[in-house]
Amino acid sequence: MERETLHHLLHDMLLARAFEERAAAEYMKGNISGFMHLYPGEEAVAAGVINAANPSDYIVSTYREHVHALVRGISARKVMAELFGRADGVSGGMGGSMHMFDRERRFMGGYAIVGESCPIAVGIAYAVAMRNLPEAVICFFGDGAMNQGAFHEALNMAGLWHLPVLFVCENNHYAIGTEVHRHSAVSDLYKRAAAYNIPAERVDGMDVLKVHEATLQALDHVRRGDGPQFIEFETYRYRGHSMSDPGTYRPAVELKAYQAHDPISAAIKEFEFSYPNPDELAQDGADHIDRLARHLIDAGHAREAELEAIKADVKKTIEDAVAFAAASQEPTMDAAWQALRCNRHQEVLI
Amino acid sequence: MAEELLYWQALNRAMDLAMEADETVFTLGEDVGLYGGSYRVTEGLYAKYGEWRVRDTPISEGGFTGLGVGAALVGLRPVVEIMTINFAMLAIDSIANAAAKIPLMSGGQFPMALVVRMPGGIARQLGAQHSQRIEQMFMNVPGLRIAVPSTPQDAFWQLRQAIASDEPIILLEHEMLYFNKGPVDIDAAPPPIHRAVVRRTGADLTILSYSRMALFAEQAAAELTKDGIEADVIDLRSLNPIDWDTCATSLKKTHRLLIVEEDSRFAGAGAELAAGLTERCFSSLRVPPQRLAGLDIPTPYNGKLEAATIPQVPDIVAAAWALCRPEAAKAAAG
Repeated sequence: MERETLHHLLHDMLLARAFEERAAAEYMKGNISGFMHLYPGEEAVAAGVINAANPSDYIVSTYREHVHALVRGISARKVMAELFGRADGVSGGMGGSMHMFDRERRFMGGYAIVGESCPIAVGIAYAVAMRNLPEAVICFFGDGAMNQGAFHEALNMAGLWHLPVLFVCENNHYAIGTEVHRHSAVSDLYKRAAAYNIPAERVDGMDVLKVHEATLQALDHVRRGDGPQFIEFETYRYRGHSMSDPGTYRPAVELKAYQAHDPISAAIKEFEFSYPNPDELAQDGADHIDRLARHLIDAGHAREAELEAIKADVKKTIEDAVAFAAASQEPTMDAAWQALRCNRHQEVLI
Repeated sequence: MAEELLYWQALNRAMDLAMEADETVFTLGEDVGLYGGSYRVTEGLYAKYGEWRVRDTPISEGGFTGLGVGAALVGLRPVVEIMTINFAMLAIDSIANAAAKIPLMSGGQFPMALVVRMPGGIARQLGAQHSQRIEQMFMNVPGLRIAVPSTPQDAFWQLRQAIASDEPIILLEHEMLYFNKGPVDIDAAPPPIHRAVVRRTGADLTILSYSRMALFAEQAAAELTKDGIEADVIDLRSLNPIDWDTCATSLKKTHRLLIVEEDSRFAGAGAELAAGLTERCFSSLRVPPQRLAGLDIPTPYNGKLEAATIPQVPDIVAAAWALCRPEAAKAAAG
């Protein structure tokens, strides 16, 4: 793989991690409200998949979408301003964390009804197929979404009409708090695509190079007219489901609580927002971003100084994004009405 | 030049002309293609426009309505047919959570030129699950528009206007109207899609209705005139937005309001109409607005009971008497 691509992937992952850490901090400060679902741990999927897409491809996202948006090239300024609910946000402060749209970059929105992104992606793909264009639609969803009727209806139609969609399952193993073996009769999730004649595979979602390569190949099939493809990326989120979920139902923390034999301290922990620090991450096994960085150095693609430069650049980008968001104006109620009626033009209703 | 068309034929003509004029228009739904549509609305279109523009879908209302939403995001003009409004319950996510909200959520970046057609209403002993209108469920979703044509001419006009619009619109048809015949002028300029029309004028009361009940209201008004009661009959043609001005103008003249709706009374369309017009026209009203509506009961299968659950023409006549001549109405009731 080209050195430049490797650097790019690493940059996106570092930006993603730093952005989300800062978003959490801004949330705690009260600058961001509502439901916010963070991405740390899953960066390799967004970076690997979206960097494999063409600018003419479409991205349909979920409520855990900040990083999808960033990797797609939406500026950290516009994403942060949207989180702050400001007029300069990518959706004008009307969408928020879960509903970012960017027409220019064919970023077709984040959807907060689990599974809903699937039929919408299939509709975009239907339009692409009807017009016979060499474009692909990338549809993100999680392991939990695979139990929705909308998912199955969408896959059936995509398979039936050979639509140009790449279904990307971000399997982080938890549907909020329910582990995959407790929510899916078939825990090898990619196998479920076979029901609709859709070629599918499982790929290590913690390895950005594998993610990128698998996506390139799948998109190649999609663009050649082979019909929909399906990839399950096995990944893991380091945080809970959302800011209001400390994620304490998961084994590492459960284990600690048991070891402590102290139900009171476990209960207190429920109320804490905890974010694993680098030491804790190291204890749980090497972090995938560190691993990529080491790989780059070991293979002679980068020097420590270059990595430090990327980190410094990312830090600057984030500081700038927060300053931009904080300085941006609140949108007006007029702007909300305009957004609602944006497409009415001169149409006379009554 | 007007020609006589059945309601379904008027919709069919509107679809055909829209598809001919604009290749981004396509339709999808259960049996809309090869079969020709459950109520024949898409008859002949599959042969003329091919399977990509007239798409037979699996029985997946949520999925194919969502497909319509996605297609609208990238510039197509989908006309989704849902076989009956009862199945639209399965598509409410795509309609209410997606189509209605995307224009605002995207900060105005995306059009949503989606039309969802569906028939509703109480027909002939179809049983409780197929005998309802539930329009008030959609009325309560900001961002959606709802047209309710009662005549072939309105069906033609409003479908064409809905397809041309860049906002999400539900076209609520009625199972008992598809085989009604009426004049349709293809070339005439239509009124705005949501403008109400006064079907008949009179000074004694305003009967406000829509869809099939608007036809019942006209029949009742013809009866009432024999008794010397003259009614303004307004066909709303739209449930969102509502043409309040046309209603208010009538009430300033008649001072009495009778709302007739087929769907059940509790929290129905009539409740919004009564509240909205009381707020706007309180000083014009001489008596409280009256609602005549379907009973708050799932529709029984039995034909007589079914007929008793919705307003009939004699019920409208009686309600008009009670509003205009309460003493005489009481005496007649014994």
